[in-house]
Amino acid sequence: MDLELMLKVYPFFLEAAWVTVLLSVLTAILGLTCGTLGAAARLSRFAYLRFLGAAYVSVFRGTPALIQLFILYFGGPQIGIQLDAFEAGVIGLGINAGAYMTETIRGAIIAVDRGQREAARTLGLSSWQATYKVILPQAARLMVRPLGVNLNMLIKATALVAAIAVVELTYTAQRYIGSTYKPFEMFLLAGILYMIIIYVTGRGVAWLDRKVQIT
Amino acid sequence: MSEQTKFVEIRHAQKSFGSLEVLKDISLNVERGQIVGIIGSSGSGKSTLLRAINDLSPLTGGEIWLEGVQVNKTLPHRQYETHINAMRQQVGMVFQHFNLFPHMTARENVTMAPKLLKGLSQADADKLAEEQLDKVGMLERIDYYPSQLSGGQKQRVAIARALAMKPKLMLFDEATSALDPELVEEVNLVMKKLAEEHMTMIIVTHEMDFAASVCDRVLFMDQGVVVEEGPPEVLFKNPTQTRTREFLRKHLEGAN
Repeated sequence: MDLELMLKVYPFFLEAAWVTVLLSVLTAILGLTCGTLGAAARLSRFAYLRFLGAAYVSVFRGTPALIQLFILYFGGPQIGIQLDAFEAGVIGLGINAGAYMTETIRGAIIAVDRGQREAARTLGLSSWQATYKVILPQAARLMVRPLGVNLNMLIKATALVAAIAVVELTYTAQRYIGSTYKPFEMFLLAGILYMIIIYVTGRGVAWLDRKVQIT
Repeated sequence: MSEQTKFVEIRHAQKSFGSLEVLKDISLNVERGQIVGIIGSSGSGKSTLLRAINDLSPLTGGEIWLEGVQVNKTLPHRQYETHINAMRQQVGMVFQHFNLFPHMTARENVTMAPKLLKGLSQADADKLAEEQLDKVGMLERIDYYPSQLSGGQKQRVAIARALAMKPKLMLFDEATSALDPELVEEVNLVMKKLAEEHMTMIIVTHEMDFAASVCDRVLFMDQGVVVEEGPPEVLFKNPTQTRTREFLRKHLEGAN
């Protein structure tokens, strides 16, 4: 193993790792937004919104994220959507992650005991008041860990955007293999950096989870 | 409105789940200050009837009236919501499993609805919480979370929470059924205190002794109908219906 080479290219990988982090953060924000809207739609009292929510989930969980990215980035211009690779990466992965998060958020909400809503409604709270005063604070605690899992998957899924030439970790590794012919070292270095990102994120999720638990 | 406004009036209540009819044409009046007990085996429809009174479990036929206002009106969604929220503020409900809000202290459980719905200031809400929790003997635990309380204590806080909305009517859905036997009495005592204050109450219960001691009237339900009703001393001592006698005999056997 060529350690010397690894140390030499390491600064460039670190720079690429920041692109991966930025991609992950933006994707997570978009994913959470889509997930919240998706869950709201799936739990709506309007049948057409429930249908739209369910369709969103089955389409985006039912097809490979890579295909979704390709359709958006390569197919987009054909239907008038012009995005650079980074934008396409964030939007494509964000919408994809949102489909998974829809199910996570919905699951946490329906996991709150239904007696809670009944008690709130019995006191005279409206449906929305019961939701934000009673259901959501409890659901929020239940969704931290599973959303952490979604986040973990999402960070790793950012590797896919290498396929549309976003210069993030995986793409950088591939590029350096082209000039060094050392795939083992280059992918290992990328893997280590992914692991650090995932580890730090995981600790953050665990911290948040402890913080939101009731007494 | 009728000739004379009744306090609670249930007219021909009927409810089906699919082909299963759980309430069959039940009519019932409750006067102000009256305490009515409902007994019967599980599946008799007693909880369903109670939960129909505040439309938590809507009837499929018949009407519920509270002080001359129909509770289970058919209205467009928004109007129904406004109407039912106003009605429910007047009707307190206590559940078998307490349903306290676990992310709120006893104080917050009690003050949340009055603050939100009646616009109480924090100071007034605190005073209200102290008053209501004192009444159920839980003032010392005012800043405890439900997870730090015993079942009996939780139920007392749940009663205080319902009372804080100053309801005209209290519904108890097997309030002591989920409690360990030694914790039943503290909840019963609170309910007796309410009875002495002439709170109108409808109590679904499995406890015959308690029903006998606080209720003005007791209804025995079986298979979706009220089989027999009367003052407890009559219903428990001299039931006229075979089904009532059977039920009471089994229940007493079970208790001994």
